[in-house]
Amino acid sequence: MTTLLVVAEQHDGAVTAHSLELCSGASSLAAKVMAVTWGKGSEQAAAALGEMGAHKVVTIGDLGDLLAAPRVASVLAQQVEESSPEAVFAPATYEGRDIAARLSARAALPVIANAVAIERVGDGLVSTHLVFGGRELVRARFSGAQAGIFIVKAKSFPLGAAGAPGATTSPARAAPEVVGAQAPELGQAEAARVVSRHVERLEGPSLDDAKVVVAGGRGLGGAEHYALVEELARLLGGAPAASRAIVDAGWAPYANQVGQTGRTVKPDVYLAFGISGATQHLVGMKDARHIVAVNTDAEAPLIQVADLGIVGDVHQVLPRLIAALKARP
Amino acid sequence: MNVAVCVKVVPAPDAPAQLSPQTHNLERGDDSVLDEADSFGVEIALRLAEQAGGGEVVLLSMAPHTATSGLRTALAMGAARALLVSDERLAGSDALGTARVLAALARRAGADLLVAATESSDGYTGTVPAQVAELLGQPAVTYAKHAETDGSSLTVQRQTDKGYEEVLCPLPAVLSVTAGVVDVRYPSLKGILSAKNKPVEVLSLADIAIDPSLVGAAGARQEVISVEPAEQRRGGQVMTDEGGAESKVIEVLTEWGVLS
Repeated sequence: MTTLLVVAEQHDGAVTAHSLELCSGASSLAAKVMAVTWGKGSEQAAAALGEMGAHKVVTIGDLGDLLAAPRVASVLAQQVEESSPEAVFAPATYEGRDIAARLSARAALPVIANAVAIERVGDGLVSTHLVFGGRELVRARFSGAQAGIFIVKAKSFPLGAAGAPGATTSPARAAPEVVGAQAPELGQAEAARVVSRHVERLEGPSLDDAKVVVAGGRGLGGAEHYALVEELARLLGGAPAASRAIVDAGWAPYANQVGQTGRTVKPDVYLAFGISGATQHLVGMKDARHIVAVNTDAEAPLIQVADLGIVGDVHQVLPRLIAALKARP
Repeated sequence: MNVAVCVKVVPAPDAPAQLSPQTHNLERGDDSVLDEADSFGVEIALRLAEQAGGGEVVLLSMAPHTATSGLRTALAMGAARALLVSDERLAGSDALGTARVLAALARRAGADLLVAATESSDGYTGTVPAQVAELLGQPAVTYAKHAETDGSSLTVQRQTDKGYEEVLCPLPAVLSVTAGVVDVRYPSLKGILSAKNKPVEVLSLADIAIDPSLVGAAGARQEVISVEPAEQRRGGQVMTDEGGAESKVIEVLTEWGVLS
Protein backbone atom coordinates (compact mmCIF):
# COMPACT_ATOMS: atom_id res chain seq x y z
CA MET A 1 0.00 0.00 0.00
CA THR A 2 1.50 3.30 -1.03
CA THR A 3 1.76 6.20 1.40
CA LEU A 4 2.32 9.86 0.60
CA LEU A 5 3.56 12.31 3.22
CA VAL A 6 2.29 15.89 2.98
CA VAL A 7 3.88 18.99 4.54
CA ALA A 8 0.83 21.01 5.63
CA GLU A 9 1.02 24.69 6.60
CA GLN A 10 -1.62 26.17 8.87
CA HIS A 11 -2.13 29.39 10.79
CA ASP A 12 -4.18 29.39 14.03
CA GLY A 13 -6.00 26.22 13.03
CA ALA A 14 -6.72 27.20 9.41
CA VAL A 15 -4.84 25.10 6.85
CA THR A 16 -3.66 27.08 3.80
CA ALA A 17 -5.53 26.40 0.55
CA HIS A 18 -2.21 25.37 -1.01
CA SER A 19 -1.62 22.67 1.62
CA LEU A 20 -5.21 21.44 1.36
CA GLU A 21 -4.67 21.05 -2.39
CA LEU A 22 -1.58 18.91 -1.73
CA CYS A 23 -3.53 16.73 0.69
CA SER A 24 -6.41 16.37 -1.76
CA GLY A 25 -4.02 15.61 -4.62
CA ALA A 26 -2.08 13.09 -2.55
CA SER A 27 -5.27 11.27 -1.62
CA SER A 28 -6.11 10.85 -5.30
CA LEU A 29 -2.69 9.25 -5.90
CA ALA A 30 -2.09 6.97 -2.94
CA ALA A 31 -3.99 4.62 -0.66
CA LYS A 32 -2.76 6.34 2.48
CA VAL A 33 -1.98 10.00 3.17
CA MET A 34 -0.12 11.28 6.21
CA ALA A 35 0.19 14.99 6.92
CA VAL A 36 2.63 16.75 9.23
CA THR A 37 1.57 20.16 10.53
CA TRP A 38 2.92 22.52 13.18
CA GLY A 39 2.35 25.74 15.07
CA LYS A 40 -0.38 27.12 17.30
CA GLY A 41 -3.70 25.52 16.31
CA SER A 42 -2.14 22.48 14.62
CA GLU A 43 -4.50 20.12 16.49
CA GLN A 44 -7.56 21.97 15.12
CA ALA A 45 -6.07 21.83 11.63
CA ALA A 46 -6.16 18.04 11.67
CA ALA A 47 -9.91 17.84 10.94
CA ALA A 48 -9.62 19.94 7.76
CA LEU A 49 -6.71 17.80 6.59
CA GLY A 50 -8.80 14.70 7.25
CA GLU A 51 -11.61 16.07 5.10
CA MET A 52 -9.11 16.47 2.26
CA GLY A 53 -8.05 12.87 2.57
CA ALA A 54 -5.40 12.63 5.31
CA HIS A 55 -5.63 9.34 7.22
CA LYS A 56 -3.12 10.38 9.83
CA VAL A 57 -2.04 13.84 11.00
CA VAL A 58 1.15 14.37 12.97
CA THR A 59 1.03 17.66 14.92
CA ILE A 60 4.09 19.45 16.26
CA GLY A 61 2.39 22.24 18.23
CA ASP A 62 3.50 25.78 18.93
CA LEU A 63 7.14 26.39 18.04
CA GLY A 64 7.22 29.79 19.77
CA ASP A 65 9.97 32.01 18.41
CA LEU A 66 11.78 29.26 16.47
CA LEU A 67 12.03 29.19 12.69
CA ALA A 68 9.94 26.14 11.79
CA ALA A 69 12.13 24.31 9.26
CA PRO A 70 14.72 22.47 11.42
CA ARG A 71 12.19 21.03 13.90
CA VAL A 72 9.56 20.17 11.25
CA ALA A 73 12.16 18.55 9.00
CA SER A 74 13.43 16.40 11.87
CA VAL A 75 9.89 15.13 12.55
CA LEU A 76 9.38 14.48 8.83
CA ALA A 77 12.65 12.54 8.72
CA GLN A 78 11.34 10.33 11.56
CA GLN A 79 8.11 9.76 9.64
CA VAL A 80 10.00 8.90 6.45
CA GLU A 81 12.03 6.39 8.43
CA GLU A 82 8.99 4.82 10.10
CA SER A 83 6.48 4.85 7.24
CA SER A 84 8.68 4.63 4.11
CA PRO A 85 6.40 6.88 2.02
CA GLU A 86 6.58 6.74 -1.74
CA ALA A 87 7.16 10.51 -1.83
CA VAL A 88 6.81 13.71 0.18
CA PHE A 89 4.76 16.67 -1.11
CA ALA A 90 5.76 20.13 0.15
CA PRO A 91 4.17 23.45 -0.84
CA ALA A 92 6.35 25.85 -2.85
CA THR A 93 6.21 28.54 -0.15
CA TYR A 94 8.92 30.15 2.00
CA GLU A 95 8.49 27.62 4.82
CA GLY A 96 7.70 24.70 2.51
CA ARG A 97 10.94 25.10 0.56
CA ASP A 98 13.07 25.43 3.69
CA ILE A 99 11.44 22.38 5.25
CA ALA A 100 11.88 20.34 2.05
CA ALA A 101 15.52 21.44 1.83
CA ARG A 102 16.32 20.44 5.42
CA LEU A 103 14.49 17.13 5.06
CA SER A 104 16.38 16.44 1.84
CA ALA A 105 19.76 16.98 3.49
CA ARG A 106 18.80 15.20 6.72
CA ALA A 107 17.31 12.07 5.14
CA ALA A 108 19.40 12.10 1.92
CA LEU A 109 16.30 12.46 -0.26
CA PRO A 110 16.39 14.06 -3.72
CA VAL A 111 14.17 17.09 -4.40
CA ILE A 112 12.20 17.94 -7.52
CA ALA A 113 11.05 21.57 -7.31
CA ASN A 114 8.31 23.65 -8.92
CA ALA A 115 5.97 20.85 -9.97
CA VAL A 116 2.70 22.10 -11.50
CA ALA A 117 1.11 18.64 -11.70
CA ILE A 118 1.81 15.14 -10.41
CA GLU A 119 0.24 12.03 -11.83
CA ARG A 120 0.67 8.31 -11.51
CA VAL A 121 2.24 6.69 -14.55
CA GLY A 122 2.65 2.96 -14.24
CA ASP A 123 3.73 2.33 -10.68
CA GLY A 124 5.58 5.62 -10.27
CA LEU A 125 4.84 9.32 -9.84
CA VAL A 126 5.63 11.73 -12.65
CA SER A 127 5.74 15.50 -12.15
CA THR A 128 5.18 18.22 -14.75
CA HIS A 129 7.19 21.44 -14.88
CA LEU A 130 7.04 24.53 -17.03
CA VAL A 131 10.46 25.68 -18.14
CA PHE A 132 11.73 28.60 -20.16
CA GLY A 133 8.77 30.69 -19.13
CA GLY A 134 6.19 28.07 -20.02
CA ARG A 135 7.40 27.49 -23.56
CA GLU A 136 8.32 23.90 -22.77
CA LEU A 137 6.79 21.21 -20.63
CA VAL A 138 9.13 18.88 -18.80
CA ARG A 139 8.12 15.64 -17.11
CA ALA A 140 10.35 14.24 -14.40
CA ARG A 141 10.48 11.44 -11.86
CA PHE A 142 12.72 10.06 -9.17
CA SER A 143 14.98 7.27 -10.30
CA GLY A 144 15.71 4.31 -8.11
CA ALA A 145 13.58 2.84 -5.39
CA GLN A 146 14.05 5.53 -2.79
CA ALA A 147 11.53 8.24 -1.94
CA GLY A 148 11.92 11.84 -3.02
CA ILE A 149 10.45 15.23 -2.21
CA PHE A 150 8.24 17.09 -4.69
CA ILE A 151 7.97 20.83 -4.06
CA VAL A 152 4.61 21.70 -5.61
CA LYS A 153 3.32 25.07 -6.78
CA ALA A 154 -0.08 26.37 -5.67
CA LYS A 155 -3.11 25.45 -7.83
CA SER A 156 -1.45 22.28 -9.11
CA PHE A 157 -4.24 20.05 -7.81
CA PRO A 158 -7.97 20.76 -7.74
CA LEU A 159 -9.32 21.22 -4.24
CA GLY A 160 -11.89 18.49 -3.64
CA ALA A 161 -12.97 17.20 -0.25
CA ALA A 162 -12.87 13.44 0.08
CA GLY A 163 -16.25 12.11 -1.04
CA ALA A 164 -17.33 15.40 -2.62
CA PRO A 165 -18.71 15.34 -6.18
CA GLY A 166 -15.84 15.01 -8.57
CA ALA A 167 -13.37 14.00 -5.88
CA THR A 168 -11.39 10.90 -6.59
CA THR A 169 -10.97 10.00 -2.94
CA SER A 170 -13.20 7.46 -1.26
CA PRO A 171 -16.26 8.74 0.61
CA ALA A 172 -17.13 7.99 4.23
CA ARG A 173 -13.68 8.80 5.45
CA ALA A 174 -13.29 8.37 9.20
CA ALA A 175 -11.74 11.23 11.17
CA PRO A 176 -7.96 11.11 10.84
CA GLU A 177 -5.75 9.59 13.48
CA VAL A 178 -4.02 12.52 15.22
CA VAL A 179 -0.63 12.01 16.81
CA GLY A 180 1.43 14.59 18.68
CA ALA A 181 5.08 14.42 17.60
CA GLN A 182 8.00 14.44 19.97
CA ALA A 183 10.44 16.82 18.35
CA PRO A 184 13.91 16.76 19.88
CA GLU A 185 15.91 19.95 20.36
CA LEU A 186 18.46 20.52 17.63
CA GLY A 187 21.04 22.91 19.14
CA GLN A 188 22.91 25.26 16.80
CA ALA A 189 20.80 24.32 13.75
CA GLU A 190 17.81 26.04 15.37
CA ALA A 191 19.66 28.86 17.11
CA ALA A 192 17.80 31.59 15.17
CA ARG A 193 14.98 33.41 17.01
CA VAL A 194 12.07 35.35 15.59
CA VAL A 195 12.08 38.67 17.46
CA SER A 196 9.01 40.24 15.84
CA ARG A 197 6.52 39.59 13.03
CA HIS A 198 5.31 42.32 10.67
CA VAL A 199 2.23 42.09 8.45
CA GLU A 200 2.56 44.29 5.37
CA ARG A 201 -0.83 43.83 3.80
CA LEU A 202 -3.88 43.23 5.92
CA GLU A 203 -6.91 44.06 3.80
CA GLY A 204 -8.29 42.20 0.84
CA PRO A 205 -7.85 38.60 -0.29
CA SER A 206 -4.42 36.97 -0.51
CA LEU A 207 -2.74 36.68 -3.88
CA ASP A 208 -3.38 32.93 -3.84
CA ASP A 209 -7.11 33.26 -3.15
CA ALA A 210 -7.99 36.44 -5.07
CA LYS A 211 -10.50 36.16 -7.92
CA VAL A 212 -9.06 39.35 -9.40
CA VAL A 213 -5.34 40.14 -9.51
CA VAL A 214 -4.06 43.58 -10.54
CA ALA A 215 -0.38 43.59 -11.44
CA GLY A 216 2.11 46.33 -12.21
CA GLY A 217 5.42 46.27 -14.06
CA ARG A 218 8.27 48.44 -15.21
CA GLY A 219 5.90 50.50 -17.38
CA LEU A 220 4.54 52.14 -14.22
CA GLY A 221 7.68 54.25 -14.39
CA GLY A 222 8.29 54.61 -10.67
CA ALA A 223 7.62 53.22 -7.19
CA GLU A 224 5.10 56.00 -6.45
CA HIS A 225 2.75 54.71 -9.18
CA TYR A 226 2.43 51.26 -7.61
CA ALA A 227 -0.16 52.81 -5.26
CA LEU A 228 -2.51 53.00 -8.28
CA VAL A 229 -2.20 49.25 -8.78
CA GLU A 230 -3.03 48.73 -5.12
CA GLU A 231 -5.97 51.12 -5.35
CA LEU A 232 -7.45 49.36 -8.39
CA ALA A 233 -7.02 45.99 -6.66
CA ARG A 234 -8.92 47.37 -3.66
CA LEU A 235 -11.72 48.74 -5.86
CA LEU A 236 -12.14 45.36 -7.58
CA GLY A 237 -11.89 43.35 -4.36
CA GLY A 238 -8.70 41.78 -5.65
CA ALA A 239 -5.04 41.50 -4.72
CA PRO A 240 -2.10 43.55 -6.02
CA ALA A 241 0.78 41.79 -7.76
CA ALA A 242 4.07 42.73 -9.37
CA SER A 243 6.57 41.62 -11.98
CA ARG A 244 10.05 40.56 -10.92
CA ALA A 245 11.52 43.70 -12.49
CA ILE A 246 9.74 46.06 -10.12
CA VAL A 247 10.24 43.82 -7.09
CA ASP A 248 13.97 43.83 -7.89
CA ALA A 249 13.74 47.61 -8.24
CA GLY A 250 12.15 47.87 -4.81
CA TRP A 251 8.79 49.30 -5.99
CA ALA A 252 6.74 46.40 -4.62
CA PRO A 253 7.30 43.76 -1.91
CA TYR A 254 8.61 40.32 -2.90
CA ALA A 255 5.46 38.76 -1.44
CA ASN A 256 3.55 40.33 -4.37
CA GLN A 257 5.82 38.85 -7.07
CA VAL A 258 4.14 36.68 -9.68
CA GLY A 259 6.24 34.53 -11.97
CA GLN A 260 8.74 31.72 -12.14
CA THR A 261 10.54 32.87 -8.99
CA GLY A 262 7.40 34.20 -7.29
CA ARG A 263 3.82 33.04 -6.98
CA THR A 264 1.69 31.14 -9.43
CA VAL A 265 -1.81 32.57 -9.60
CA LYS A 266 -4.95 31.40 -11.38
CA PRO A 267 -7.49 34.17 -10.81
CA ASP A 268 -10.65 34.69 -12.85
CA VAL A 269 -9.23 37.96 -14.14
CA TYR A 270 -5.62 39.15 -14.31
CA LEU A 271 -5.10 42.81 -15.16
CA ALA A 272 -1.53 43.74 -16.08
CA PHE A 273 -0.35 47.34 -16.30
CA GLY A 274 3.01 48.09 -17.87
CA ILE A 275 4.16 44.47 -17.86
CA SER A 276 5.67 43.40 -21.16
CA GLY A 277 5.27 39.72 -20.24
CA ALA A 278 8.75 38.24 -20.04
CA THR A 279 8.52 34.46 -20.01
CA GLN A 280 9.60 34.65 -16.37
CA HIS A 281 6.31 36.43 -15.61
CA LEU A 282 4.00 34.58 -18.00
CA VAL A 283 4.64 31.23 -16.33
CA GLY A 284 3.15 32.56 -13.09
CA MET A 285 -0.15 33.84 -14.51
CA LYS A 286 -0.81 32.32 -17.91
CA ASP A 287 -3.54 30.08 -16.51
CA ALA A 288 -5.68 33.03 -15.44
CA ARG A 289 -9.16 32.62 -16.89
CA HIS A 290 -9.15 36.08 -18.46
CA ILE A 291 -6.29 38.51 -19.03
CA VAL A 292 -6.39 42.26 -19.63
CA ALA A 293 -3.05 43.88 -20.51
CA VAL A 294 -2.22 47.56 -20.95
CA ASN A 295 1.12 48.43 -22.52
CA THR A 296 2.57 51.04 -24.86
CA ASP A 297 4.17 48.31 -26.94
CA ALA A 298 1.71 46.51 -29.21
CA GLU A 299 4.26 43.72 -29.67
CA ALA A 300 4.58 43.00 -25.92
CA PRO A 301 4.09 39.27 -25.33
CA LEU A 302 1.39 39.89 -22.74
CA ILE A 303 -0.64 41.98 -25.20
CA GLN A 304 -0.39 39.05 -27.62
CA VAL A 305 -1.92 36.52 -25.19
CA ALA A 306 -4.45 38.81 -23.45
CA ASP A 307 -8.19 38.46 -24.00
CA LEU A 308 -8.20 42.25 -24.09
CA GLY A 309 -4.95 43.96 -25.04
CA ILE A 310 -4.89 47.74 -24.81
CA VAL A 311 -2.08 49.58 -26.53
CA GLY A 312 -1.82 52.72 -24.44
CA ASP A 313 -0.08 54.59 -21.67
CA VAL A 314 -0.71 53.12 -18.20
CA HIS A 315 -0.33 56.61 -16.75
CA GLN A 316 -3.46 57.56 -18.70
CA VAL A 317 -5.51 54.37 -18.63
CA LEU A 318 -4.98 53.37 -14.99
CA PRO A 319 -6.09 56.68 -13.38
CA ARG A 320 -9.08 56.92 -15.77
CA LEU A 321 -10.15 53.38 -14.96
CA ILE A 322 -9.93 54.10 -11.22
CA ALA A 323 -11.92 57.32 -11.66
CA ALA A 324 -14.56 55.55 -13.78
CA LEU A 325 -14.98 52.78 -11.20
CA LYS A 326 -15.32 55.31 -8.39
CA ALA A 327 -17.94 57.20 -10.42
CA ARG A 328 -20.12 54.09 -10.86
CA PRO A 329 -23.36 54.17 -8.89
CA MET B 1 34.45 38.14 10.56
CA ASN B 2 35.11 35.91 7.57
CA VAL B 3 32.29 35.53 5.08
CA ALA B 4 31.94 32.90 2.37
CA VAL B 5 29.53 33.45 -0.51
CA CYS B 6 28.22 30.88 -2.99
CA VAL B 7 28.43 31.98 -6.60
CA LYS B 8 27.55 30.37 -9.87
CA VAL B 9 28.98 31.14 -13.27
CA VAL B 10 26.24 31.04 -15.92
CA PRO B 11 25.92 31.77 -19.63
CA ALA B 12 25.49 35.37 -20.65
CA PRO B 13 21.75 36.21 -20.68
CA ASP B 14 21.85 36.75 -24.45
CA ALA B 15 22.96 33.14 -24.98
CA PRO B 16 19.80 31.27 -23.92
CA ALA B 17 20.03 27.81 -22.44
CA GLN B 18 18.18 24.81 -23.81
CA LEU B 19 17.47 21.26 -22.81
CA SER B 20 19.50 18.70 -24.67
CA PRO B 21 17.16 16.47 -26.71
CA GLN B 22 19.49 13.54 -25.99
CA THR B 23 20.46 13.79 -22.31
CA HIS B 24 17.70 16.17 -21.12
CA ASN B 25 20.42 18.07 -19.25
CA LEU B 26 20.35 21.85 -19.23
CA GLU B 27 22.86 22.92 -21.87
CA ARG B 28 24.34 26.21 -20.84
CA GLY B 29 26.70 27.02 -23.69
CA ASP B 30 30.00 28.63 -22.77
CA ASP B 31 29.64 29.68 -19.14
CA SER B 32 30.85 33.18 -18.91
CA VAL B 33 29.27 35.55 -16.42
CA LEU B 34 28.47 35.80 -12.72
CA ASP B 35 24.82 34.83 -12.14
CA GLU B 36 22.97 38.11 -11.66
CA ALA B 37 21.16 36.73 -8.60
CA ASP B 38 24.54 35.92 -7.01
CA SER B 39 25.82 39.47 -7.44
CA PHE B 40 23.37 40.42 -4.65
CA GLY B 41 24.89 37.72 -2.41
CA VAL B 42 28.38 39.05 -3.10
CA GLU B 43 27.28 42.61 -2.34
CA ILE B 44 25.63 41.60 0.97
CA ALA B 45 28.70 39.53 1.94
CA LEU B 46 31.00 42.49 1.30
CA ARG B 47 28.75 44.87 3.26
CA LEU B 48 28.42 42.52 6.24
CA ALA B 49 32.19 41.94 6.38
CA GLU B 50 32.73 45.72 6.30
CA GLN B 51 30.07 46.23 8.98
CA ALA B 52 31.73 43.67 11.26
CA GLY B 53 34.93 45.70 11.11
CA GLY B 54 36.72 43.84 8.35
CA GLY B 55 37.45 40.29 7.37
CA GLU B 56 37.83 38.27 4.26
CA VAL B 57 35.12 37.46 1.71
CA VAL B 58 35.74 34.10 0.02
CA LEU B 59 33.86 32.91 -3.08
CA LEU B 60 32.71 29.29 -3.20
CA SER B 61 31.87 27.87 -6.61
CA MET B 62 31.61 24.61 -8.49
CA ALA B 63 31.49 23.73 -12.16
CA PRO B 64 32.23 20.87 -14.54
CA HIS B 65 34.86 23.10 -16.20
CA THR B 66 37.49 25.64 -15.20
CA ALA B 67 35.99 28.86 -16.61
CA THR B 68 36.77 31.63 -14.13
CA SER B 69 35.74 34.85 -15.87
CA GLY B 70 32.53 35.10 -13.83
CA LEU B 71 34.51 34.65 -10.62
CA ARG B 72 36.80 37.53 -11.64
CA THR B 73 33.77 39.85 -11.63
CA ALA B 74 33.06 39.02 -7.98
CA LEU B 75 36.76 39.30 -7.10
CA ALA B 76 36.78 42.73 -8.77
CA MET B 77 33.85 43.75 -6.55
CA GLY B 78 36.06 43.10 -3.52
CA ALA B 79 36.13 39.40 -2.64
CA ALA B 80 39.61 38.29 -1.54
CA ARG B 81 39.88 34.86 -3.11
CA ALA B 82 37.89 31.99 -4.58
CA LEU B 83 37.60 28.24 -4.05
CA LEU B 84 36.40 26.46 -7.19
CA VAL B 85 35.63 22.77 -7.31
CA SER B 86 36.12 21.88 -10.92
CA ASP B 87 35.38 18.34 -11.91
CA GLU B 88 33.61 17.06 -14.99
CA ARG B 89 31.78 14.54 -12.81
CA LEU B 90 29.81 17.50 -11.38
CA ALA B 91 27.84 17.82 -14.63
CA GLY B 92 24.15 17.09 -14.02
CA SER B 93 24.31 17.65 -10.25
CA ASP B 94 20.97 18.07 -8.52
CA ALA B 95 20.31 20.46 -5.62
CA LEU B 96 21.43 17.99 -2.91
CA GLY B 97 24.63 17.14 -4.81
CA THR B 98 25.31 20.87 -5.20
CA ALA B 99 24.66 21.43 -1.48
CA ARG B 100 27.08 18.62 -0.53
CA VAL B 101 29.89 20.22 -2.52
CA LEU B 102 29.16 23.73 -1.20
CA ALA B 103 28.98 22.46 2.41
CA ALA B 104 32.38 20.79 2.01
CA LEU B 105 33.77 24.02 0.56
CA ALA B 106 32.26 26.05 3.42
CA ARG B 107 33.97 23.78 5.94
CA ARG B 108 37.25 24.24 4.11
CA ALA B 109 36.83 28.03 4.01
CA GLY B 110 36.02 28.03 7.74
CA ALA B 111 33.82 31.11 7.45
CA ASP B 112 31.69 32.54 10.26
CA LEU B 113 28.90 33.31 7.82
CA LEU B 114 27.86 31.72 4.52
CA VAL B 115 25.81 33.88 2.13
CA ALA B 116 23.87 32.58 -0.87
CA ALA B 117 21.30 33.92 -3.29
CA THR B 118 17.84 32.45 -2.76
CA GLU B 119 17.89 30.77 -6.14
CA SER B 120 20.00 30.81 -9.26
CA SER B 121 18.67 32.47 -12.41
CA ASP B 122 18.75 29.23 -14.38
CA GLY B 123 17.83 26.41 -11.98
CA TYR B 124 15.06 27.77 -9.70
CA THR B 125 15.17 24.98 -7.14
CA GLY B 126 15.59 27.45 -4.27
CA THR B 127 16.57 24.79 -1.73
CA VAL B 128 20.38 24.85 -1.75
CA PRO B 129 21.01 27.40 1.08
CA ALA B 130 18.88 25.49 3.62
CA GLN B 131 20.29 22.15 2.43
CA VAL B 132 23.83 23.44 3.03
CA ALA B 133 22.82 24.73 6.48
CA GLU B 134 21.37 21.35 7.44
CA LEU B 135 24.53 19.56 6.26
CA LEU B 136 26.61 21.98 8.35
CA GLY B 137 24.31 21.74 11.39
CA GLN B 138 23.82 25.51 11.25
CA PRO B 139 20.78 27.80 11.34
CA ALA B 140 19.64 29.26 8.03
CA VAL B 141 17.98 32.64 7.79
CA THR B 142 16.43 32.52 4.35
CA TYR B 143 14.74 35.04 2.02
CA ALA B 144 16.44 37.99 3.69
CA LYS B 145 15.54 41.43 2.43
CA HIS B 146 17.78 43.23 4.91
CA ALA B 147 20.65 42.00 7.09
CA GLU B 148 22.99 43.57 9.63
CA THR B 149 25.73 42.13 11.80
CA ASP B 150 27.79 43.01 14.87
CA GLY B 151 30.33 40.33 14.03
CA SER B 152 28.89 37.67 16.33
CA SER B 153 25.23 37.58 15.26
CA LEU B 154 22.91 38.58 12.43
CA THR B 155 19.77 40.70 12.58
CA VAL B 156 17.68 39.91 9.52
CA GLN B 157 14.38 40.98 8.02
CA ARG B 158 13.12 37.70 6.57
CA GLN B 159 10.32 37.74 4.01
CA THR B 160 7.16 35.81 4.84
CA ASP B 161 3.84 35.21 3.10
CA LYS B 162 2.28 38.07 5.02
CA GLY B 163 5.16 40.54 5.22
CA TYR B 164 8.39 39.98 7.08
CA GLU B 165 9.77 38.87 10.42
CA GLU B 166 12.80 40.13 12.27
CA VAL B 167 15.17 37.27 13.11
CA LEU B 168 18.15 37.32 15.45
CA CYS B 169 20.69 34.61 14.73
CA PRO B 170 24.04 33.82 16.35
CA LEU B 171 26.96 32.90 14.07
CA PRO B 172 27.99 30.62 12.47
CA ALA B 173 24.96 30.66 10.17
CA VAL B 174 23.75 30.58 6.58
CA LEU B 175 22.02 33.63 5.11
CA SER B 176 20.09 33.58 1.83
CA VAL B 177 19.15 36.85 0.17
CA THR B 178 16.57 37.61 -2.47
CA ALA B 179 17.55 39.51 -5.59
CA GLY B 180 17.01 43.25 -5.65
CA VAL B 181 17.46 43.88 -1.94
CA VAL B 182 20.54 46.10 -2.33
CA ASP B 183 22.21 48.13 -5.06
CA VAL B 184 25.11 46.07 -6.34
CA ARG B 185 28.38 47.97 -6.67
CA TYR B 186 30.20 48.17 -9.99
CA PRO B 187 33.77 46.95 -9.87
CA SER B 188 36.23 49.86 -9.84
CA LEU B 189 39.11 49.96 -12.30
CA LYS B 190 41.44 49.24 -9.39
CA GLY B 191 39.25 46.30 -8.42
CA ILE B 192 39.27 44.91 -11.95
CA LEU B 193 43.05 45.17 -12.17
CA SER B 194 43.66 43.61 -8.75
CA ALA B 195 41.17 40.77 -9.43
CA LYS B 196 43.53 39.34 -12.03
CA ASN B 197 46.05 38.56 -9.31
CA LYS B 198 43.68 37.28 -6.63
CA PRO B 199 43.97 33.56 -5.90
CA VAL B 200 41.46 31.13 -7.41
CA GLU B 201 42.16 27.73 -5.85
CA VAL B 202 40.95 24.97 -8.17
CA LEU B 203 40.03 21.79 -6.31
CA SER B 204 38.97 18.29 -7.30
CA LEU B 205 36.26 16.22 -5.63
CA ALA B 206 39.04 14.23 -3.94
CA ASP B 207 40.48 17.44 -2.46
CA ILE B 208 37.22 18.07 -0.59
CA ALA B 209 36.63 14.38 0.19
CA ILE B 210 33.35 14.07 -1.71
CA ASP B 211 32.31 10.66 -2.99
CA PRO B 212 31.80 11.13 -6.77
CA SER B 213 28.78 8.79 -6.70
CA LEU B 214 26.89 11.38 -4.59
CA VAL B 215 27.21 14.26 -7.05
CA GLY B 216 26.74 14.95 -10.74
CA ALA B 217 24.42 12.91 -12.91
CA ALA B 218 25.49 9.78 -10.96
CA GLY B 219 24.21 11.19 -7.66
CA ALA B 220 21.10 12.90 -8.99
CA ARG B 221 18.38 10.38 -8.24
CA GLN B 222 15.95 12.04 -10.58
CA GLU B 223 15.49 12.14 -14.30
CA VAL B 224 13.71 14.12 -16.95
CA ILE B 225 11.64 11.72 -19.00
CA SER B 226 10.22 14.05 -21.64
CA VAL B 227 10.47 17.57 -22.98
CA GLU B 228 7.82 18.97 -25.26
CA PRO B 229 6.47 22.33 -26.34
CA ALA B 230 3.74 23.59 -24.01
CA GLU B 231 0.37 24.60 -25.36
CA GLN B 232 0.44 28.35 -25.81
CA ARG B 233 -2.36 30.67 -24.89
CA ARG B 234 -4.07 32.46 -27.78
CA GLY B 235 -4.73 36.16 -27.65
CA GLY B 236 -8.03 37.95 -28.14
CA GLN B 237 -8.90 41.50 -29.00
CA VAL B 238 -6.23 44.21 -29.23
CA MET B 239 -7.27 47.88 -29.26
CA THR B 240 -5.43 51.18 -29.12
CA ASP B 241 -6.39 53.59 -26.34
CA GLU B 242 -7.81 56.75 -27.82
CA GLY B 243 -8.98 58.18 -24.52
CA GLY B 244 -11.76 55.75 -23.62
CA ALA B 245 -10.18 52.35 -23.06
CA GLU B 246 -11.45 52.29 -19.46
CA SER B 247 -15.03 51.81 -20.71
CA LYS B 248 -13.96 48.70 -22.61
CA VAL B 249 -12.23 47.35 -19.48
CA ILE B 250 -15.40 47.95 -17.44
CA GLU B 251 -17.44 46.28 -20.18
CA VAL B 252 -15.35 43.08 -20.13
CA LEU B 253 -15.16 43.03 -16.33
CA THR B 254 -18.97 43.16 -16.29
CA GLU B 255 -19.20 40.43 -18.91
CA TRP B 256 -16.84 38.24 -16.84
CA GLY B 257 -18.86 38.79 -13.66
CA VAL B 258 -16.36 40.91 -11.73
CA LEU B 259 -18.60 43.98 -11.87
CA SER B 260 -22.36 43.93 -11.76
